[in-house]
Amino acid sequence: MKMIIAIIQPHRLEAVKQSLTEVEVFRLTVSDVQGYGRQKGHTEYFRGQPMQVNLIRKVRLDIAVNDNFVQPTINGIIKGARSGEGGKGQVGDGKIFVLPLENVIRISDGTLGGEAI
Amino acid sequence: MHSSLRSLRARLTWPLLTLFAFSLLALLAAPAHAATPPVSSAPIPEPNPGDTAWMLISSALVMLMVPGLALFYGGMVRQKNVLGTMMHSMVALAVLGVEWVVLGYAMSFGTDHAGLIGWDPGKLLLWNVMPQQLHEGGRITEYVFMVFQGMFAIITPALIAGAFAERVKFSAYLLFVLIWGIVVYNPVAHWIWGGGWLAPATAGDTAFHLGAMDFAGGIVVHVTAGVSALVAALYLGKRIGYPTHVLKPNSLVLTLLGAGLLWFGWFGFNGGSAIASNSNAGLAFSTTQIAAASGALAWMVAEWLKHGRPTSLGLASGLVAGLATITPCAGYVSPAAAMFIGAFAGVLCFQAVLFKSRLGYDDSLDAFGVHGIGGFVGAVLLGVFARKAYNTEGVDGVLAGNTPQLYIQLIAALSVALYAAVATLIITFVVDKLVGFRAQKSVEIEGLDPAVHGEQGWMLGDLPEPSIGLPGDESIEWEPMPETPHRQTAKARV
Repeated sequence: MKMIIAIIQPHRLEAVKQSLTEVEVFRLTVSDVQGYGRQKGHTEYFRGQPMQVNLIRKVRLDIAVNDNFVQPTINGIIKGARSGEGGKGQVGDGKIFVLPLENVIRISDGTLGGEAI
Repeated sequence: MHSSLRSLRARLTWPLLTLFAFSLLALLAAPAHAATPPVSSAPIPEPNPGDTAWMLISSALVMLMVPGLALFYGGMVRQKNVLGTMMHSMVALAVLGVEWVVLGYAMSFGTDHAGLIGWDPGKLLLWNVMPQQLHEGGRITEYVFMVFQGMFAIITPALIAGAFAERVKFSAYLLFVLIWGIVVYNPVAHWIWGGGWLAPATAGDTAFHLGAMDFAGGIVVHVTAGVSALVAALYLGKRIGYPTHVLKPNSLVLTLLGAGLLWFGWFGFNGGSAIASNSNAGLAFSTTQIAAASGALAWMVAEWLKHGRPTSLGLASGLVAGLATITPCAGYVSPAAAMFIGAFAGVLCFQAVLFKSRLGYDDSLDAFGVHGIGGFVGAVLLGVFARKAYNTEGVDGVLAGNTPQLYIQLIAALSVALYAAVATLIITFVVDKLVGFRAQKSVEIEGLDPAVHGEQGWMLGDLPEPSIGLPGDESIEWEPMPETPHRQTAKARV
């Protein structure tokens, strides 16, 4: 089992959800996060005065998957999250982290392991 | 028994003290010679119903500008200060609302003394003013005039709050606006609108009168507030973190709505300043609409050209700049002049705000850059564009061949600016020495809302109440859970 954490552009969330549905990944936790990477923030204006905003809004996905779903999930996220013309991808599109996952427990009935995912 | 008595007494102490303070105020305000108002058997002259209706509505419109200002300013500050900033506007309704009736009206519109101040003990707390009593001219009652003017006395100090937003003590602010209203607003309102030394001479009056015009308060409201804002901002210093850190506005949605409400209320501010429901009110209403539109357009386009983006804050600031600038001119100039004045204000105030960052002082929400500059420029442009053809009770400006009026306007605006600056410096100093004006650093960093008011403006993203529905909570009668596998349970609830 793996834990897949992805940081994506907020406006790509719908596309990612769609491409994950295509590969039959139906479990997903979404949260609103802020951060920065290679983009190093952007400039906003307050009454004409530039403000360097370096924390940018992103969306974080937490997906727990069984091993046979790891690659399809990664492919699905990449497909949906690449922005720009024709989905070529550009700086700021985010990252995917794959972590080992020790166990999964379903709270309502106590089911353990891969079946609980 | 004793303890319940004691707790009752403790509970009543503050309400009673407050009541006592107000009664004392009322007694103090009661002039020694106060007598029952004379009852006359002669028919009482009635005010004009149309004028009365318009002035009452105008008063309510101006009152609406205060929550408008609260939203306008409140949206621009950081999330932790949104309530504190909105309170600065709203509490002015309370503080100056009381001050105006007790003292302000008598000082501004009481009998003139040496052109400097009004004073009429009979007007203190409106003690000798009866509801039927007519205002001079006889078209509205004195109460209607008093309440309309009172709204101006309320919003003017509230404007200053933008200069030191996010960093002052609440108690110091209350003291500041109260003293400022008495020492700056009341005299200046008297100088220009109450027949003081800046006002035009009335027939048979031999005292010195400069003859300055100010239709709805470019000088009385915007110059006084704007200049005082600058002085207070300079005295109090920058916010912690300005300008090195990003101080992000919590919601420009509020700011845009607030600007919209200000625009709406300004029809009463300017339109009502005709003090009648007549053609002059119609002119003031029209020029207000025109200048707000051209001001908004000018600022937005100027910013678009300079930074490549038309911002909502730019649009909001531009319309307020246009409105502040047309205020003194509203009932005296042509629509074309109004359009020029608004656009000029939009571009000029945008430049003034940009210039601020180079000067390095921290007028948080640009009370000076928008109101000070706008009001001053408007008061001076009145001397250029005013035409008697548009208002027979008005004046001619430079373009109508009356150059001296420009100098009169300039002198009036400059003297008021100077007076407001000196008086505000002293008031700020006194308040600072009395209670300390700046909030403690820890309070400023934590935020005014939690640290001063013990409240929170926005709760978005908060967790649900953690103490409701805990296991064993007997206040809740749970429905029996259906005995089904969990997937169906979820469906059954839908």
